[in-house]
Amino acid sequence: MTAFPAHSGADRFPRRHADHAIAVNSTSLLADPEGALYWPEQGVLVVADLHLEKGSSFAARGVLLPPYDTAATLARLARLVTHYAPRCVVALGDSFHDGDGPARLAGSDREALSIMQRGREWIWITGNHDPEPATGIGGTFSATMTSGALTFRHLPTGAPGEVSGHLHPVARVAHRGRAVSRRCFAADATRMILPAFGAFTGGLNIRDAMFADVFGTLAFKAHLLGDGRLYAFAAKRCLPD
Amino acid sequence: MEPARDLFDTTPPLPHVFARWFASRGWQPRAHQLALLAKARAGRSTLLIAPTGGGKTLAGFLPTLVELSERDVRPRNFRSTGRALVRSQGLHTLYISPLKALAVDIARNLEIPVQEMGLTIRLETRTGDTPTSKRQRQRRDPPDILLTTPEQLALLLASADAPYMFGTLRRVVLDELHSLVTSKRGDLLSLGLARLFALAPQLTTVGLSATVAEPDDLRRFLVPQLPQGEARADLVIAQAGAQPNVVMLDTEEHLPWAGHSARHALGDIYRFIKTHRTTLIFVNTRSQAEFLFQELWRVNDDNHAIALHHGSLDVAQRRRVEGAMAEGKLRAVVCTSSLDLGVDWGDVDLVINVGAPKGCSRLQQRIGRSNHRLDEPSEAVLVPANRFEALECRAAIDAVAENAQDTPPLRTGALDVLAQHILGRAVGAPFLPDELFEEIRAAAPYAALGRADFDAAVDFVATGGYALKAYERFAKIRQGKDSRWRVTHPRVAQRYRMNVGTIVEADMIKVRLVRSRRSGAVVPRGGRILGEVEEYFIETLTVGDTFVFAGEILRYEALVEDEAYVSRADATDPKVPAYEGGKFPLSTYLAARVRALLAKPEAWHALPEQVREWLEIQKWRSMLPRAGDLLVETFPRAAKYYLVCYPFEGRLAHQTLGMLLTRRLERARLRPLGFVANEYALAVWGLGDVAWRIANGDLSLAQLFDEDMLGDDLEAWLAESALMKRTFRSCAIVAGLIEKRFPGEEKSRRQLTISTDLVYDVLRKHQPDHILLRAARADAATGLLDIKRLGEMLSRIKGRIVHKALDHVSPLSVPVLLEIGRETVYGEASDTLLAEAADELIKEAMK
Repeated sequence: MTAFPAHSGADRFPRRHADHAIAVNSTSLLADPEGALYWPEQGVLVVADLHLEKGSSFAARGVLLPPYDTAATLARLARLVTHYAPRCVVALGDSFHDGDGPARLAGSDREALSIMQRGREWIWITGNHDPEPATGIGGTFSATMTSGALTFRHLPTGAPGEVSGHLHPVARVAHRGRAVSRRCFAADATRMILPAFGAFTGGLNIRDAMFADVFGTLAFKAHLLGDGRLYAFAAKRCLPD
Repeated sequence: MEPARDLFDTTPPLPHVFARWFASRGWQPRAHQLALLAKARAGRSTLLIAPTGGGKTLAGFLPTLVELSERDVRPRNFRSTGRALVRSQGLHTLYISPLKALAVDIARNLEIPVQEMGLTIRLETRTGDTPTSKRQRQRRDPPDILLTTPEQLALLLASADAPYMFGTLRRVVLDELHSLVTSKRGDLLSLGLARLFALAPQLTTVGLSATVAEPDDLRRFLVPQLPQGEARADLVIAQAGAQPNVVMLDTEEHLPWAGHSARHALGDIYRFIKTHRTTLIFVNTRSQAEFLFQELWRVNDDNHAIALHHGSLDVAQRRRVEGAMAEGKLRAVVCTSSLDLGVDWGDVDLVINVGAPKGCSRLQQRIGRSNHRLDEPSEAVLVPANRFEALECRAAIDAVAENAQDTPPLRTGALDVLAQHILGRAVGAPFLPDELFEEIRAAAPYAALGRADFDAAVDFVATGGYALKAYERFAKIRQGKDSRWRVTHPRVAQRYRMNVGTIVEADMIKVRLVRSRRSGAVVPRGGRILGEVEEYFIETLTVGDTFVFAGEILRYEALVEDEAYVSRADATDPKVPAYEGGKFPLSTYLAARVRALLAKPEAWHALPEQVREWLEIQKWRSMLPRAGDLLVETFPRAAKYYLVCYPFEGRLAHQTLGMLLTRRLERARLRPLGFVANEYALAVWGLGDVAWRIANGDLSLAQLFDEDMLGDDLEAWLAESALMKRTFRSCAIVAGLIEKRFPGEEKSRRQLTISTDLVYDVLRKHQPDHILLRAARADAATGLLDIKRLGEMLSRIKGRIVHKALDHVSPLSVPVLLEIGRETVYGEASDTLLAEAADELIKEAMK
């Protein structure tokens, strides 16, 4: 026996149903349901944890995951770049799954990247997977970037105004006896952690102690990525694993 | 006593020592036992179809024992120990069983005649529990008879010693073949068998099986298939036992409209237990087993020994129950299909089947678990849990009386299993692709395998089979100048050995009993493991939820690594686990019989009075469809419009139909809101008035139910279906893309960072014809999505849809409507849930 509400296919909701505004350190930002952040005032598009070339990184260790993750991730990013036409793109670190990733990049993917970079600033924030600047992928490299009231870096420290990644936040919500798990933005009034954007990236539950370390308490919100919109829940209402 | 030689004049007599042994036991060799001996002497592979208790196992081994006893006259001192200088006579017979425990039990039973006849025969088992030293010794110095499982055979074949070990093999005995061939394990076994035929051309096989619908399928399975056409083993059919006495419980109580608890029949079941020596009570799911066991103990005033047995319980616990059963210490066991197979469990004199029988072959095998004396009839009682199940029980009783069979046809070999086997062959020894292709086509499930698919599987094993040839340098196997494929690194072989097998049911979480947690306190470690439940079941629980498991009401405390901590709860109304173990769909054959029964009021006299009455009212208020027709009813209710149809094709096919119909209704702007499916019917509801649109002529049911829904609509749904993703995951693991286990660290999926869902999304978009996606589609055709059956139904009802527009709910639709809100489709529509949860919060906030 199965009962279930009618399907929620992509045709159910128009894309970008509503802009999802989140204020961090008094700066107004837009969270996109694809898992990217847009700062309209500055024309900055932010994505975290692309983990490009994760497939080939696994392949080198004998797990032959499909080699299409990079193309898939870049294609999603390209759609956002076209949509927002940002002045500047910031990749919040772990942009490549390992240090050799940039060297393994296929020609077509390298070209797709360079087309996106044309006519705009592109900043690679360094991460723990890709601590060293790489060649052949354009852009400029930096450990952090500060602009206005915001600081962009890979590893969250909990400092006010910080926009970071690294933790791959995922939240679980139960309703009518069923639980749903989704990637999410984790944010309070002064800090935000972005979801991982990469095609093959898993996640960490926001009820994990790592998040409490960053936010100090459970007084933050999870903005779950849905089909064309986001759903906000208090972290307290979300379930641990 | 002399063997019945007159039956088989051409048969050489049973050797003296055997004749004497039979006589000493007061037995007479059965005709089929002697027939198998004759077949073996003639060098023929044979399928034996015999009921439980027919001396099937002995029949299978008799030729081996006779041959080995005749070989015994030669001096034995050539047999060496340790590193052999002179080869021993080597492995003679391989026995393969679907259950590890069965292999062990059979070995124990076989020791008896071997010892009593004083034969010098060494027989050993080899399972996952066999110590490494013994395994190594077995490869060096094989026993005469080895009893093992399909997975262990695959491992043995993937070793450089395989030609030495199996070169001497004369016979393979395949036990419970009817059960093995229905799954991917059967595919794996067929490939192993094909390899054995290549290594030991003198080999003959014996298949032991319960009665099946198509014996020819199994006969093909037992012999190498030839390029010029199919080959079959010989067939021996043992004399059937007495016709069983099967009745349906005619209860005084109210027979429920829906549900599966059979709570109404509890008193009757308890009375049956009291009036019989040992009763086996079969149910269809583990949660039903848990429920019934609880309820029986609640009324068990006489303190009868009633036990519980299902596949999720801890192995040690199951063995204890089986042991107590064999010793005759139990009055009743509540069990699932976990006791469908296996050796005889003591003195069972009654089988009760609670709920729908699902298939008549399955039911006959269950009934056969009672009374192992062939000349006396088995006794069985069917207990329908609701009104529809009463129809199904009646249809099943008629089918049993006719000895009808509805076992599924032989599978087409799965591509993911093929990939696993190809890697195994490379691990064993370098292979030539042309030779391997021919060898594989000798396996019946793969007889029609095309060269292109074979090459694609080799390519997949080597570099992942991606159109984008990115992984040449990471290849697992590589073709040398001699054209042979070989593994590139010992690591590849090691990983293959750790991941061999085809059973990927679901990730299981151990359930550990701990003391109740005081708020804020750390959950204590330690405590007893009660068994395992599927990970996705645990994922739906929140801390504090209660559920029934292992015969107790438990409170969920925490998930610690891969264990769920639970404590004893004092709740009396638990949330019963809804995990899916053992939900077989209603067989196509039985479904047709149920439809025929519905269409034939003159046959209703055999139904319980309450059911008859219900059908009469339906006939009067709406209608009953003719056997080949599909009845579609529409009616308004509480500001919504309902469409209910009755395909009788099983829950899985109905669920898929529901997914696709709602898509179409959505497109027709009928604003569907939801659907519910059970084994017999599907109900869809929404805001648009379907009947009015039909009357107006701008909607046609024929178009709505047209087969073309299996085109684009299906495609669109598969892209996001969680059921499809689960199917894909299991293919990815079997094929070796994702490994269950890595050397040195046995990681569970929780700790792995790759989600097969993400791999599915990416692969589907970039290489939709990839071999793993094709494997997943083939599985979806018959598995969780049952697409093939839906397709057959849509074609069957073409031009035969009967629409009845009603003012209100029809009697026939009540059972399915009562299911609304009870159970959910796994993982579907999670966005809708999120939206609801979020809206609810908004409402709370605005109050």
